[in-house]
Amino acid sequence: MSPVFLAQVIDLLSALVLLLGFGLLAQRRIYALLHLFAWQGLFLAANTAIVAYGAGVRHLYFSALMTLAMKVALIPYILHVLIRRMKIERDVETMVNVPLTLLIGIALVVLSYNVMSPIQEFSTLMTRSTLAIALATVMLGLLMMITRRHAVAQVIGFLAMENGLFFAATSATYGMPMVVELGVALDILIAALIFGVFFFQIRTTFESLDLSKMARLKEDVGE
Amino acid sequence: MNDPLPYVLTIVQAAALLLLAPFMVGWVRLVKARLQNRRGAGPLQPYRDIRKLFAKEAVVAANASWIFRFTPYLVFGVTVLAGAIVPILAVDLPLAPVADVIALVAIFALARFFIALAGLDVGTAFGGMGSSREMTIASLAEPAMLMAIFATSLITHSTSLSTIVAEIHKGVLLKPSFAFALIAFVLIALAENGRIPVDNPATHLELTMIHEAMILEYSGRHLAMIEWAGMMKLMLFSLLGIALFAPWGIAGTPGGGSVVLAFGVMAAKLLAIATGLPVLEMGLAKLRFFRVSEFLGVAFLLATLAILSHFILER
Repeated sequence: MSPVFLAQVIDLLSALVLLLGFGLLAQRRIYALLHLFAWQGLFLAANTAIVAYGAGVRHLYFSALMTLAMKVALIPYILHVLIRRMKIERDVETMVNVPLTLLIGIALVVLSYNVMSPIQEFSTLMTRSTLAIALATVMLGLLMMITRRHAVAQVIGFLAMENGLFFAATSATYGMPMVVELGVALDILIAALIFGVFFFQIRTTFESLDLSKMARLKEDVGE
Repeated sequence: MNDPLPYVLTIVQAAALLLLAPFMVGWVRLVKARLQNRRGAGPLQPYRDIRKLFAKEAVVAANASWIFRFTPYLVFGVTVLAGAIVPILAVDLPLAPVADVIALVAIFALARFFIALAGLDVGTAFGGMGSSREMTIASLAEPAMLMAIFATSLITHSTSLSTIVAEIHKGVLLKPSFAFALIAFVLIALAENGRIPVDNPATHLELTMIHEAMILEYSGRHLAMIEWAGMMKLMLFSLLGIALFAPWGIAGTPGGGSVVLAFGVMAAKLLAIATGLPVLEMGLAKLRFFRVSEFLGVAFLLATLAILSHFILER
């Protein structure tokens, strides 16, 4: 396969990752959110594998495999089980103004393009054009954590941010050193488990996973 | 300039649009009926409807102004004009330099503006409601439409439809921006033609109708013209989509053999769209009116992403 064709496939996959980032931002239903997240992981893994093939970097194959195992299978499975256990699969979030959120998302993409374009000039890697998209994916995950009120949605936003960081590492320097990558993967896995514990605690205290209710934690000083 | 063929082709093109549009709509209705386990009327039913309406007396409300009487002719006229501009059979036809894609959008906007005025003109409640809703949707759909068109213009470096077609002929475009623009265009075309997730073309249910509410006061030949123009609009959007995104088969140079081939390819593509549209519609439920802004917001997002990914990824 020619490098030009490979670069085109990488571009297409990274565009899909970005699109799924927007999908996560706009989706109301919990299960659908989980599926979108799994798809994002899948495209990320495919992208990493193709970069590994195109650049001839052996250890990226391993990263791709790990992404596939963690972000497409394991973490969605854990969250799936949690959602079913807590019987919140019917939760539909009321969100503020989806079009406005999407417009802010577009502004973030433009911003990350502006921030990244000088860096792109220095890079000679075949993945340099996807740098801006990686940063945009991080930003979109962050935006999701800000705009969502449901705990599970915020966690998925966090994980999407991590997706973006991994993507950035792949496109900037063909991946982090193996030790770092293993460490991050383990952290994410532990985080997913701890989030599960938190979900249960939050739900037993507030009987809901709507985090806006956490405002009740404030002490009434004045009275 | 002395070659008469391009001029003949322009006329053939507009006539084909005029004559084939009812068949396309009839086909869409037939496929939809079959999918819903109904027998459905044959694909020729729209022709009979139009003939019936032309034979009937046109009733005009006593307080209707000239706008009400003028609108059907204007809408019909500009739709046929648009049919002569879009490259259906061949590129570089004599009317092609008259208007680029942006002007084409403006032509559609003109027709919509007058229909909305006519809806308000008589002063009935439904007309006003329909006009208000139509303009709400238009104000969201038009920016998205222009964005999608800008995306293809960026890729092909032109807003002239003939140049766009010629550019895309040069090489298959496996580009994310192109794919995003295509999806955005499909969403917008559904909204612009009043198809299912936005408006239901088969309903006269008072609370949900949009397009039908505006033209409720029309009858006889006026109604026939507006209905016919609506059918042509559906076909025109299909043709515009083909010209922007899948123009293979449109003759590069006007010549006898290639035009016949172009006609066959075009008919096959249109039939595919007319079969795909009802299948797509069957899978969707009509959106609540206040959700339409989200639907078109997604279209706008996709179109903008198309432009952005062109700059980010394809330089």
